[in-house]
Amino acid sequence: MKILVPISKVPDTTSKIAFTDNNSKFSTDNVQFIMNPTDEWYALTKAIELKEQQGGEVVVINVGLAENEQIIRKALAIGADSAVRVDFDAADAYQVAEEIASYAKTGGFDLIITGKETIDFNSFQVGGMVAEFLDWNAVSLASVLTVEGNKANVTRDIEGGTETVEITLPAVVGATKDLAQARIPNMKGIMSARTKPLTVVVPTSSGALTKVASFELPSKAKECKYVQADNVGELVRLLHEEAKVI
Amino acid sequence: MSVLAFAEVAEGKIKKASFEAAYYAAKTAELAGTEAVAVVLGAASNEELASLGAYGITKVYHANDARFANFDSKAYAKAVSEAANSFGASIVVLSFNPSGKLLAPRVAVRLKAGYIAGAGELPIIEGTKLTAGKNVYSGKAKAYLETSTDKKVLAVSPNSLSPVKGSGTASVEAFSPAVSDADFGTVVKSVDKLTGSVPLTEADLVVSAGRGLKGPENWGMIEELAKEMGAATACSRAVSDVDWRPHHEHVGQTGFTVKPNLYIAVGISGAIQHLAGVNQSKVIVVINTDPEAPFFKAADYGIVGDAFEVVPKLIEEYKKFKAA
Ligand SMILES: Cc1cc2nc3c(=O)[nH]c(=O)nc-3n(C[C@H](O)[C@H](O)[C@H](O)COP(=O)(O)OP(=O)(O)OC[C@H]3O[C@@H](n4cnc5c(N)ncnc54)[C@H](O)[C@@H]3O)c2cc1C
Ligand SMILES: Nc1ncnc2c1ncn2[C@@H]1O[C@H](COP(=O)(O)O)[C@@H](O)[C@H]1O
Repeated sequence: MKILVPISKVPDTTSKIAFTDNNSKFSTDNVQFIMNPTDEWYALTKAIELKEQQGGEVVVINVGLAENEQIIRKALAIGADSAVRVDFDAADAYQVAEEIASYAKTGGFDLIITGKETIDFNSFQVGGMVAEFLDWNAVSLASVLTVEGNKANVTRDIEGGTETVEITLPAVVGATKDLAQARIPNMKGIMSARTKPLTVVVPTSSGALTKVASFELPSKAKECKYVQADNVGELVRLLHEEAKVI
Repeated sequence: MSVLAFAEVAEGKIKKASFEAAYYAAKTAELAGTEAVAVVLGAASNEELASLGAYGITKVYHANDARFANFDSKAYAKAVSEAANSFGASIVVLSFNPSGKLLAPRVAVRLKAGYIAGAGELPIIEGTKLTAGKNVYSGKAKAYLETSTDKKVLAVSPNSLSPVKGSGTASVEAFSPAVSDADFGTVVKSVDKLTGSVPLTEADLVVSAGRGLKGPENWGMIEELAKEMGAATACSRAVSDVDWRPHHEHVGQTGFTVKPNLYIAVGISGAIQHLAGVNQSKVIVVINTDPEAPFFKAADYGIVGDAFEVVPKLIEEYKKFKAA
């Protein structure tokens, strides 16, 4: 089975969020970048688990500039067999998806496993777009995935529960928590990552369809109103009369 | 020109999140000086369909085709895109709910439309340009995204608006999208719904607790408070990791994102990864023994106190309030 795992690079969750250039650009000062958590912990490790069970190959792909090779090497150290970097600073998810889909068309892949969303834009769109460009089946928010022949069984989150579906491959699956057990790269992995193939591909995508007009930070920290522990009735009154939420 | 809302049905009933999408579509249509229509796939009564009118939809295109009984992103994307093309929609609105999150980007590709995912407020429309704000960096900032494509797709983040129900009814017209059996590639095998409780991601009120409760045996009061209020229960990851509570209750960066009107956090410290999943709640109440707990910085109301004393009192006071 041949599996493609799109990985993205995001600011570490604990980063301080600030903007420059008149609030039009994310400030990278003192920001540490990491592989998007759901891509690393669930999408990539699920692909590796499937390969270990059934044989095959795991390829990671990133759409981004050379500085992203740090996270690509980490994915190789965790256990991907090879990597592709599309050398392109994409302006929106549409362009990212177009690049991933056009690469996927060349490779004879059975499965693409993405993360559910990136933790910077929380936009949850690349997986669905890739599926549509390829005209493949897709399931997102997957917490269980098993593959047998050309069928995959996937458990996905729905409102108030989960649903298990069977889909025909090739397909795109979007990973959420618990899809796989996260792995830490070991010494052997780190050493072998240096020699695993990383191919750089030139971009082919058309123009972006959306752009960021501006960013905004919350105007001020919330002011917490304290209620005494022996006066809980006051909290109920405030929630009803002031906040109007009950 | 029109604005098209996609309204999802489950067992013949339109989902709450879809009524919100319909309302958002109607408000957007007002801004654009046009009307809002809706497309519904799968069986639903005429009365149910017409009820979309109460949220400002004038006409519902109904594909009463049994193959749409379960969500299939590929077939649904074809049908919704066809509806947009056939009925002259320049803006398509969906909910940013579990199915909408997968369907909307597919529809956007089919229509070559600029897509704004997870809009939290109504758009600004200036000529062909549409701009909408959405939360980014897990709620730590907001981005205004803009698109000027001929067709546009917007997915509205659940619980962003407070839809106002009017008295209108929508007319219903049959719609037969050109989907073939080969477009359906998803077969539902089983559904595992949590019964007896309010679904967390749809809840207006959430009562959540963390390690401050000391052990799973102490959750009785949390469940009782939630039951009294008609709230869903949630927990921190620290608690689901040690199996005090089920995984489907865990909220935060690695769990569910919730956006209720009221989030009550009991004995949760307020780590940044926890806040990422809850800080879009309208009102946050924090109950914690430690006045320095970081959660108080994100709270609207706080009680510095012991959960084992405060929560039983809160149940009692809430009962009094309800009885009054
Ligand atoms: C990469 C990563 C991802 C993560 N993702 C998530 C996530 O998605 N969701 C999540 O929740 N966490 C997540 N975490 C974990 C997070 O950092 C915290 O460790 C976790 O949220 C702490 O849970 P807690 O608040 O229940 O426990 P604690 O931090 O132990 O806090 C317990 C609180 O209870 C208070 N308390 C004690 N006794 C009482 C009492 N009697 N009455 C009232 N209050 C009392 C204490 O003062 C304290 O503030 C993640 C961590 C990492 C590193
Ligand atoms: N630049 C990128 N390169 C490769 N994969 C990406 C990129 N951006 C996003 N992805 C993938 O798409 C998923 C969803 O991202 P998004 O739609 O941006 O929230 C991520 O979890 C990744 O798997």
